[in-house]
Amino acid sequence: MKALKIIVLAKQVPDTRNVGKDAMKADGTINRAALPAIFNPEDLNALEQALRVKDQFPGSTVTILTMGPGRAAEIIREGMFRGADGGILLTDRAFAGSDTLATSYAISRALKKVKDYDLIIAGRQAIDGDTAQVGPQVAEKLGLPQITYVEEVQKIEKGKIFLKRRLERGVEVVSCPLPMVMTVNGSAADCRARNAKMIMKYKHAKTVTELQNSNEDYLHLYNDRPYLNIPEWTISDIEVDHAELGLSGSPTKVKTVENVVLQAKEAKIISSADTDIDDLMHELIENHTIG
Amino acid sequence: MNNIFVYCEIEEGHVAEVSQELMTKGRTLANELKCNLDALVIGHKLDGVEKEIFPYGVDTVYLADDKRLYPFSTLPHTSIIVKLFEEQKPQIALMGASSVGRDLGPRVSSALHSGLTADCTSLVIGDHFDKKQNKNYENLLYQIRPAFGGNIIATIINPDCRPQMATVREGVMKKEILDPKYKGKVVKLDVANYVSDADFAVEIIERHMEKSKVNMKAAPIVVAGGYGMGSKENFQLLFDLAEVLGGEVGASRAAIDAGYAEHERQVGQTGVTVRPKLYIACGISGQIQHRAGMEESAQIIAINTDPEAPINSIADYVITGDVVDIIPKMIKYYKKNTK
Repeated sequence: MKALKIIVLAKQVPDTRNVGKDAMKADGTINRAALPAIFNPEDLNALEQALRVKDQFPGSTVTILTMGPGRAAEIIREGMFRGADGGILLTDRAFAGSDTLATSYAISRALKKVKDYDLIIAGRQAIDGDTAQVGPQVAEKLGLPQITYVEEVQKIEKGKIFLKRRLERGVEVVSCPLPMVMTVNGSAADCRARNAKMIMKYKHAKTVTELQNSNEDYLHLYNDRPYLNIPEWTISDIEVDHAELGLSGSPTKVKTVENVVLQAKEAKIISSADTDIDDLMHELIENHTIG
Repeated sequence: MNNIFVYCEIEEGHVAEVSQELMTKGRTLANELKCNLDALVIGHKLDGVEKEIFPYGVDTVYLADDKRLYPFSTLPHTSIIVKLFEEQKPQIALMGASSVGRDLGPRVSSALHSGLTADCTSLVIGDHFDKKQNKNYENLLYQIRPAFGGNIIATIINPDCRPQMATVREGVMKKEILDPKYKGKVVKLDVANYVSDADFAVEIIERHMEKSKVNMKAAPIVVAGGYGMGSKENFQLLFDLAEVLGGEVGASRAAIDAGYAEHERQVGQTGVTVRPKLYIACGISGQIQHRAGMEESAQIIAINTDPEAPINSIADYVITGDVVDIIPKMIKYYKKNTK
């Protein structure tokens, strides 16, 4: 098997799983802007599967494609520290307000520009939306087969990839011709840690915008070491129909958003003392809740 | 009026639980919109399956029966749905938020350029006035779901694109037979007109459909643990308590992420929804996506070291203290009081 060109679709997300007191507003709702931005967890599982394929087929490359604001370049660097060869940041104000369909349209257009790929690997879903839609929608837009809920790449031979899927009640092994799109489950192997050598090599990697905004003393580095330049694509770099982007390209609209407030309700307060627990169990048996 | 479609999943020759729940919901919505409710079944050896479907008030059952269509595979099922929807132009399409529906739904919605909302917890018909266009939309499907880690509840609409698609998890909607004698009609699709050979590029090599060992939905008592259990060893205490009480063990996503319990035990928006007689939440802080899966429990006991834990706000009994200390006491005094 020849070396493979692998694209990992990744997203920078607010860490919705760790909402601390700092991220709470006085009224008990969440301050979304206060959440730290992280590499979407299942996209890291996806990256690991990509890196394993690369390990197996020397000469393969892993490129991270992410769509988001300028600071999303952080996760491209993070991926490079863990073994990815580079990345592309797809960023433009025109993408703002995109639902999953408009997002997958923009990503599929960027992939058309990339053109040369054998495998597209994404995390199953992102923790800010939990929709699991962008992977399959990108596959459809590119006319490629999709395999979701992947737990492991078993082997690649004769132009086919063999994948183990994790479903509700068991597992399934499938084969699929390349190129294809897969989405990787959180139950798959964790992503390897950062590699010290890679950190040294890539710590200065930057997008053009980041470079313009920094007081970089070593500008010549970016000529001498082209791998430090993270490509940044806007809508002028990809072929798109503007009407399909952002809010106008999104069939779904958010009508209302209700911030969740944890409401108080009268509850019986019980201590952990033996007598209290004894009374509780007695009461539950008496009122037929248990027993 | 355009119809409502429910995609019926087949499990071991029968209509899946989640599809039965969606047909129940679909019937309610169809009554409100004064339209028909249709169902689509794709699989093999489907003879007689309509008998399981009509009682939910389904007017037309479309059957696509071919040996290549079972087990489920994305591409041929997508092709059939897309073509049928292009012909029938439903206004609403519902699918289970299962590994099948969540795989199929986005692909179908992309092909049809229609909006899809995943994992809805509520579906309601309502109007919408668009101020920008000064245009009123009547009878849209409000697709309501938690988002942003459950910290907000969003109402999503698809004003212009059809069908309005939504997936819903098993256990979220109630299942109810409308009329055991309800009569609809069966339309058998000529599968060859709907699929191409290219749709069968993916091959299923092996499949063990291990039956889910855990059946939390049927359990009258669920003892659930969260990250606050502290370790896998401590989590064992929950199994002890569940065993004496005759319950099942559940877990929050955080506990599963920490490796304390297996995935199938997850209670919450992205797991199972349970409505037991008694839910005992141990070391669970109670984020909304967890609460979405258990707040309809008849009684809730929250055990937590943090007296301010959000779970306490929906609990009937709040025990503040260390679970490792309290659970053995509960077992002890349960035994004492039943003797």
